[in-house]
Amino acid sequence: MEQQPTAELNQPAQPSGQASPGQEYRPSPLQQERERFRRTRKRRNSWIATLCTLAFLLAVGAAAVASPGWDRVHSLFLDGAEFRRTLPAILSGFLLNIQMFLIAEVLILALGLLVALVRVTRAPGLQPVRLAATLYVDVFRGVPTLLLVFLVGFGLPALQLQGTPTQPWVLGVIALVLSYGAYVGEVLRAGLNSVHPAQRNAARALGLSEAQTLRRVILPQAVRNVLPPLLNDFIALQKDTALVAVLGPLEALRVAQIKADFAFNYTPYLGAALLFIAVTIPLTRYADRLQRRAAQRTWAEAGA
Amino acid sequence: MSEPLLRIRGLRKSHGSRLVLRSIDLDVAEHQVVCLIGGSGSGKSTLLRCVDLLDVVDDGTVHLGATELTDPRLDANVARRRIGIVFQAYNLFPHLSVLDNITLAPRQVHKVPRKQAEESARELLARLGLADKAHDYPDRLSGGQQQRAAIARALATEPELLLFDEITSALDPELVGEVLDVVADLKQRGLTILMATHEMGFAREAADQVCFLEDGVIREQGTAEQVLTDPRHGSTRRFLSRVLER
Repeated sequence: MEQQPTAELNQPAQPSGQASPGQEYRPSPLQQERERFRRTRKRRNSWIATLCTLAFLLAVGAAAVASPGWDRVHSLFLDGAEFRRTLPAILSGFLLNIQMFLIAEVLILALGLLVALVRVTRAPGLQPVRLAATLYVDVFRGVPTLLLVFLVGFGLPALQLQGTPTQPWVLGVIALVLSYGAYVGEVLRAGLNSVHPAQRNAARALGLSEAQTLRRVILPQAVRNVLPPLLNDFIALQKDTALVAVLGPLEALRVAQIKADFAFNYTPYLGAALLFIAVTIPLTRYADRLQRRAAQRTWAEAGA
Repeated sequence: MSEPLLRIRGLRKSHGSRLVLRSIDLDVAEHQVVCLIGGSGSGKSTLLRCVDLLDVVDDGTVHLGATELTDPRLDANVARRRIGIVFQAYNLFPHLSVLDNITLAPRQVHKVPRKQAEESARELLARLGLADKAHDYPDRLSGGQQQRAAIARALATEPELLLFDEITSALDPELVGEVLDVVADLKQRGLTILMATHEMGFAREAADQVCFLEDGVIREQGTAEQVLTDPRHGSTRRFLSRVLER
């Protein structure tokens, strides 16, 4: 900004005193010494971390190799040739896992949202639906997912209803949706309840109806609040698509099982495991990042 | 005097076993600013919440014009459209920009087209000195700016009556002035305001009427000049000396 010559400025400039920050600032010798100390401390810490990690890995590796059954494990689980031979087939099976995951995810979100909304509204006409939703969550959260896969996979076709799907992977998806819908419904309900009541008051005071308040004010904040746990559930879902193997569709685990039985070698299982890890690790990192950002936002909102 | 805009008679309200409002009688005429003063827990906020139907009254009546707000058959949403409220803690919607905070009710409740709603919102923001904050999110604003945005949100639906619930209590002292200036401007424009406040100086300047609440009743009521400089009631005098000492 250009300075206007004023009476005050005509007087001799005052020495330093109001030096602008960042300009011609040199850390004091004391501060320089502190930073030197912090750098050495940091270097030393990273050395310790590296050495400890190496020592730990060495110890674990040595223990594994020294175990009496190591040779057998090595040939049964870590057969390089077998790994390369079976991986393409397992990978094409894995595409079915991805397909089941993607379809189930959308349906689970829809079902979970429906269950959560029904359980938080207070409209008197919805009382039977509310009871049904509560019962659904109670039952399906209590039944092990694998058991549910069996029940739906073998029970649903046995009903011989018109239009019942018969493809095992579709039945598997139905079982996963029923199981995870209950979990996700509860996560979303917790999210809806986590929004401060003052937000609801503010919306109602503006004349918004119950439904408008839910849709425009409560739900967007609820989803934001529960995004990390929601992602957690989806990571678990991605793994649990392997449970559908018991119904027989050619997904990764089933293919690996067939290959393993054929060659009496378990290396294909390792290949399938690696494929699942390849998907879940990036998802987990992403969830972590979301969680960190959510935490930062909470601090910002708290005015820290 | 013509019919008051807001008429409260025999209002009673308890939270659990605690009787907060014993029996409140209060009139607010159109274009008047009425300040509620009193210690914390004296029922100022509860009174405002009862008027805006955020709390259900235990007894008594509240009339807005010819409408009885306390009638349980009344559609609360329709009634609330005629009243705007601003809270102590702003309560802006954190997931919406300032502009969206303001246009939400006009668009959703009053079905104003988006363009028109945003135009009036921008006018409001300019009037309240927030023209450049339209697209910021509430957490980027200072407390004073947030509270002015909350006032803009309450004004956007053009309410007949404004309720201010200690709107400066959460603000840093140097930010109180900018919010009170806005309230003074609203008074100039002839709005009807019922506000709970701790700002005695402001009450003296801007209020037409001041009511001193204690133990769930209005102990003393009169012009700002009279209540604040020449209180008749002993408890009002004690309260004022406590507040003004600080």
